[in-house]
Amino acid sequence: MDMPAPSPAILARKGAIVDRLRLVLPPGGVIDDPAETRAYECDALTAYRCPPLCVVLPTSTAEVSAVLRLCHEEGVPVVPRGAGTSLAGGSLPTEDAVVLGVARMTEVLETSFEDRFIRVQTGRTNLSVSMEVEADGFFYAPDPSSQLACAIAGNIAMNSGGAHCLKYGVTTNNLLGVTMVLMDGTVVELGGPEGEALGLDLLAVVCGSEGQLGVVTEATLRILPRPEGARPVMIAFDRNETAGECVSAVIRAGLVPVAIEFMDRPCIVACEAFAKAGYPDCEALLIVEVEGSEAEIADQLQRITAIARTFQPLEIREARDSAEAARIWLGRKSAFGAMGQMADYICLDGTIPVSALAPVLTRIEELADGYGLKVANVFHAGDGNMHPLILFDANSADGLHKAESLGADILRLCVEMGGCLTGEHGVGVEKRDLMTDQYRPEDLEAQMRVKDAFDPEWLLNPAKVFPLQVSESRRRAA
Amino acid sequence: MNGVLTPRDEGELAALVREARGPLALGGGFTRGLTPEGTPVSTAGLSGIVLHEPGALTLVARAGTPVAEVERVLAGAGQRLAFEPMDLRPLLGTEGEPTLGGVIATNGSGPRRVQAGAARDVVLGLRFVDGTGTVVSNGGRVMKNVTGLDLARLLAGSHGTLGVITEVALKVLPAPEATLTLAFGGHDPAKAVACLSAALGSPFEVAGAAHDAEAGVTRLRLEGFAQAVAVRAERLAKLLKAWGAAEVLEGPGPWAAIRDVTDFAGRAGDVWRLSVRPSAMGQALALAGGAQRIDWGGGRAWVLVPEGTDLRGRLGAFGARAVLVRAAPETRAALGTFPPETPAVAMLSHRLRQRFDPRGLFNPGLMEARAA
Ligand SMILES: Cc1cc2nc3c(=O)[nH]c(=O)nc-3n(C[C@H](O)[C@H](O)[C@H](O)COP(=O)(O)OP(=O)(O)OC[C@H]3O[C@@H](n4cnc5c(N)ncnc54)[C@H](O)[C@@H]3O)c2cc1C
Ligand SMILES: Cc1cc2nc3c(=O)[nH]c(=O)nc-3n(C[C@H](O)[C@H](O)[C@H](O)COP(=O)(O)OP(=O)(O)OC[C@H]3O[C@@H](n4cnc5c(N)ncnc54)[C@H](O)[C@@H]3O)c2cc1C
Repeated sequence: MDMPAPSPAILARKGAIVDRLRLVLPPGGVIDDPAETRAYECDALTAYRCPPLCVVLPTSTAEVSAVLRLCHEEGVPVVPRGAGTSLAGGSLPTEDAVVLGVARMTEVLETSFEDRFIRVQTGRTNLSVSMEVEADGFFYAPDPSSQLACAIAGNIAMNSGGAHCLKYGVTTNNLLGVTMVLMDGTVVELGGPEGEALGLDLLAVVCGSEGQLGVVTEATLRILPRPEGARPVMIAFDRNETAGECVSAVIRAGLVPVAIEFMDRPCIVACEAFAKAGYPDCEALLIVEVEGSEAEIADQLQRITAIARTFQPLEIREARDSAEAARIWLGRKSAFGAMGQMADYICLDGTIPVSALAPVLTRIEELADGYGLKVANVFHAGDGNMHPLILFDANSADGLHKAESLGADILRLCVEMGGCLTGEHGVGVEKRDLMTDQYRPEDLEAQMRVKDAFDPEWLLNPAKVFPLQVSESRRRAA
Repeated sequence: MNGVLTPRDEGELAALVREARGPLALGGGFTRGLTPEGTPVSTAGLSGIVLHEPGALTLVARAGTPVAEVERVLAGAGQRLAFEPMDLRPLLGTEGEPTLGGVIATNGSGPRRVQAGAARDVVLGLRFVDGTGTVVSNGGRVMKNVTGLDLARLLAGSHGTLGVITEVALKVLPAPEATLTLAFGGHDPAKAVACLSAALGSPFEVAGAAHDAEAGVTRLRLEGFAQAVAVRAERLAKLLKAWGAAEVLEGPGPWAAIRDVTDFAGRAGDVWRLSVRPSAMGQALALAGGAQRIDWGGGRAWVLVPEGTDLRGRLGAFGARAVLVRAAPETRAALGTFPPETPAVAMLSHRLRQRFDPRGLFNPGLMEARAA
């Protein structure tokens, strides 16, 4: 993975730039001590790191605007950062870039239960948004597993999803408006509590734009009434194919569970060893969760298990109370921890059409065998968002490299089967060089034109998303 | 319409755009009744469902496919377009066959938007021809996809001003087993909206929340499995008892008419559409006057006013949330279909249009004032 060489001119002006930034931010708002900037050298894709020019931590939209205006004048690239939990290297800096972190912007600005929205500064964590409205019986639907740590800023930039998106959608379906600062310091309001764009839907293209278009400082989020209850059923199968067919059959029957999670044998074995959730010995496990009142839950579970029975499952285990529900989820929720104990791993995030499930799993195993590596699969089956975990040994000389090569092969396979490179983690630097496998040059050109419109000088997070050779002329012209 | 160009496939359409020497008025069925300047080009020739996978809730169809055909095929599998696109023909008195591309290009959505979102929310991917005649593909056909910038949702609602959509992939949803309507009588708009908000703030999954301000009837729709719907209706009625006793109506009810605002069909006057936050709707409607229908739980209103009324002027700050739906061409020319945007948004939108349609071929003047 290459990053563009830093600009010697900017590096030479570092002292002057830092001094100017200090003038527009409150004390402590600029960090340039190398010991302190270390925390900003990488995000959750820790294999890649680089110290930034400096880090700024503004506390308001006005301060963000002042910083960006200044960086624009100086021609300094800016890498926006939320909580740094990106798995794609989205907030990885370069040596000549200012990291602009919104971590100090965590205020709740307005809450309306009548209009069902909350407006927050984007440094606020995902979970704390839901917690803010919980006592009133509401929640914020997108719930990435990282929700304790990740910020709304990163959720918007990555269009993050969660366990419940089969029913509630992802960030873009729950984002009503943003306040965003353009690279030249201009503040724009896009969307709002009304929720409907009357002109071009600029909010739609900002969501998921990975910090390419502007720095999002405030967000209006839809909040929903919490369902009365939720309960899972676990269904075990002796073949991946059968589990896949069962998922399709449930959906065809008009049921839309909040979550359908799928685990394959390597994953089940690892989770069982780690968490002792009492999972059966089987090839494939589905966890299907439904919501509603007691009566509705019972009715839906009855329909789902009736369908599942026609596929001769090895076992069906319905949660009768919250303790049993927690046990069913325990193994699934500890999947990443379980893998982490066995080996180093990289987590992919390709998406496939649900119908391609079985052949894709077979092919992944063949590809892994070719590299002599093991892959465990756990994923959101209802929406085809796979999370193959490639296990490797980071201490071996070419361990990471081999795992990355296998990862690239698996993602190409997803694209080939009618899917895509990333369902929720984003492109960042991790999948940047695979973009040409999914998109033709004219498709990428059209996407880059949007960046041209918002950030004509290509100063915001410029080395991400688009392969470097594809974006080179634009970055150079700037 | 006379002299409409109807390319037979995407390639022909792309060539037509490349060779165009002047403005093009894009359309599918042209049921929205506007006639922007330029040679009319219809996508009606780009028709047909490419893929429908009920078990994956996925539909891919060419842009010119009639909405009716899409709905028929989906119904065959017990599914539907959850966002409930409206049929403008009764209201506007137009003819033609509404197309899927037209619905996506206008981000059309009906009463179920409060539960299932708008058209743009179910767009998984699309293909379009830009103003240089280049075919661009974005997104895909899978439920979750964050690969690159989301042009698909940007094109949704762009009213043909960024490109001609040629094919769309959508998430579809199951049609419910049962539908039921609760109706309350005798409330003014502000009180009615409070009722709708209380209902939408409940966990009973309300799938329609509308108010007829002339008849004073407030309606809520529930959908789902029969047993669940019955239980939810009972509990919802109890929750809302402050608004009086609910009349219960089983079956589809008046929601198609609410969706199409057929009450205003054939009545003289201009029709405007407002979108404001529900808690401010009472206030906005007090300024608006005229005959009023409220939808989206108080987030949208349809207003019928005497011909030529400058409703935006009357609405003060709410004027920025008013779209002109039906009026004589002179009124439309004077007032504009869409409200003015803030300078920053207008600047970004203009830059995007310049980059996607550098020659200004597509529906010039429809969404932004033409440069002098
Ligand atoms: C253990 C673990 C589990 C995870 N589970 C999930 C999951 O279930 N679903 C899921 O979708 N993701 C998941 N993720 C990935 C990650 O948490 C999400 O991508 C998250 O949204 C990133 O948020 P962040 O605040 O940490 O962003 P960061 O990592 O700080 O940044 C992410 C991207 O956003 C940009 N950005 C940050 N702030 C701004 C801003 N203010 N304006 C504009 N751009 C900005 C950055 O430049 C970068 O490109 C997981 C990660 C981990 C480590
Ligand atoms: C101002 C306005 C507001 C509307 N509001 C709603 C609403 O709230 N809810 C609702 O359900 N429906 C709404 N509609 C209408 C709804 O979307 C129509 O049912 C739909 O436009 C019918 O399809 P058609 O093929 O007849 O479209 P047409 O009348 O042919 O075209 C409608 C618009 O879409 C453009 N267009 C059509 N096809 C394409 C294409 N393939 N690519 C790019 N652009 C294309 C046209 O240029 C035109 O601007 C609205 C329409 C307009 C004009």
